[in-house]
Amino acid sequence: MIRIKNLHKNYGSVNALENVSLEIQKGSITYLIGPNASGKTTLIKLILGLIKPTKGEIFVNGTKLNGDYKYKEIIGYMPQVANFPDNLIVKEIFNMLKELRNNNSDLDEELIENFGLEEEFDKQIKNLSGGTRQKLNASIAFMFKPEILILDEPTAGLDPLSCSILKEKIKRENQNGKTIIFTSHILSELEELATNFVFLLDGKIVLSKKKEELQKSNIEEVIISFMKGISGGHIN
Amino acid sequence: MDTLIKIIKYQIHDIIRSKWILIYTIFFFAVSYSIFSFSDNFTKVVISLLNVFLLFIPLVSIIFGTIYLYNNKEYIVFMLSQPIKRETLFLGLYFGMTVPLILSFLFGVGIPLIIFSNKFTIDNSILFLLIASGILQSLIFASLAFYITTINENRLLGLGISIFCWLFFAAIYDGIILLLLNNFQYYPLEKISLVLTFLNPIDLARILLILKLDISALMGYTGAVFQKFFSNSLGIFFSIIAMTLWIIIPLFAGLKKFIKKDF
Repeated sequence: MIRIKNLHKNYGSVNALENVSLEIQKGSITYLIGPNASGKTTLIKLILGLIKPTKGEIFVNGTKLNGDYKYKEIIGYMPQVANFPDNLIVKEIFNMLKELRNNNSDLDEELIENFGLEEEFDKQIKNLSGGTRQKLNASIAFMFKPEILILDEPTAGLDPLSCSILKEKIKRENQNGKTIIFTSHILSELEELATNFVFLLDGKIVLSKKKEELQKSNIEEVIISFMKGISGGHIN
Repeated sequence: MDTLIKIIKYQIHDIIRSKWILIYTIFFFAVSYSIFSFSDNFTKVVISLLNVFLLFIPLVSIIFGTIYLYNNKEYIVFMLSQPIKRETLFLGLYFGMTVPLILSFLFGVGIPLIIFSNKFTIDNSILFLLIASGILQSLIFASLAFYITTINENRLLGLGISIFCWLFFAAIYDGIILLLLNNFQYYPLEKISLVLTFLNPIDLARILLILKLDISALMGYTGAVFQKFFSNSLGIFFSIIAMTLWIIIPLFAGLKKFIKKDF
């Protein structure tokens, strides 16, 4: 589904990503994990074409990214912080996206319902709480039934109930064959869903393993030792 | 094109509800209303209005544009993750912001004008040029704001540059020209001062009206030079062309940067 080959990204002299190669299979759930500033968001933004690679290639569904925007139709993205024009109301945000994507019928509005967002439909964005914004953000990501879902710190700012709603949704969509990527810098509630673990440290992939290859009890230890910056050598 | 119009539509929905745009409209209304009621002479009214417009429209357009783009940074990133062309989003943001500013200006000035329309003998072509220069100034300074914010990640720096940019064109520039003409008065400076006028969008709008009102002698050196070089209508033509370039060049430089930029 997504293939990344020898990807480099420099910001001036800072290496945000160094020689990253990764294959994400259709129908998998990939958990990108790493401490702050390890390059998780950079990697996601590269896949979304928000930033351009210094070197290397990315293929989505077999096509190489070259600045064309059409491939984003099959991606649903939930950014870490999403913001919308302050004075628009929630309903208008949904309408705008439906119009922009020319899609008004084939929609997945399950999350809107489960989060109870209808109650907020007439509220202006500036009056929404952080958590509600995050719910709006999540609902938008799933709304257009994308084949690939990219969720950047999806549970940050959500209460436990909403978190479990989102978790159930991810599970269901994955059973429908959707490819999912999510990131976190903490041990996330979503961890048990993941089928693949990718550990990033200082812009490098230090470990990329399938769930079966990691012993269940080991996952937390592995994560913690990576957080402390211990190299991956002895864990294997 | 279709997508562009959709983006513009929702931008307008957003900005039109902002309290700043309301304040901006009321400001134009109050200023125009009081100037119209103070004087009986249409030419004098036009000159007073022009001076107010040329001070405030650039200021509001550039500051509002800068703050608007910086405040909506996350929204821009989100929109770019959608299947939308970068060019379309950039132009959508530009027109979505300038259209409400221009509408606000038109309403603020238009209503008092209708109220007082019986008081003056209004010269339609002068009125047209006055309104046109207000619209052009909005577009020019919004375009500069878009360029400045696109090339500066740091919002404090960007805002500082925007304020300086306004101050420079509105005040410092004329001071420099005056200093120059005064110090080098024994040299032939006609051509240089002509070129210098073209390099200031605010002066261009002033020239436009001054030539039309046929009071170039009051304009001082540059006005006189301008009239000497161009016949009136040619001068008006060239100043409009130059102002259009002032819109297009910063906007497209900003667009080029926006397309390549990392978000």
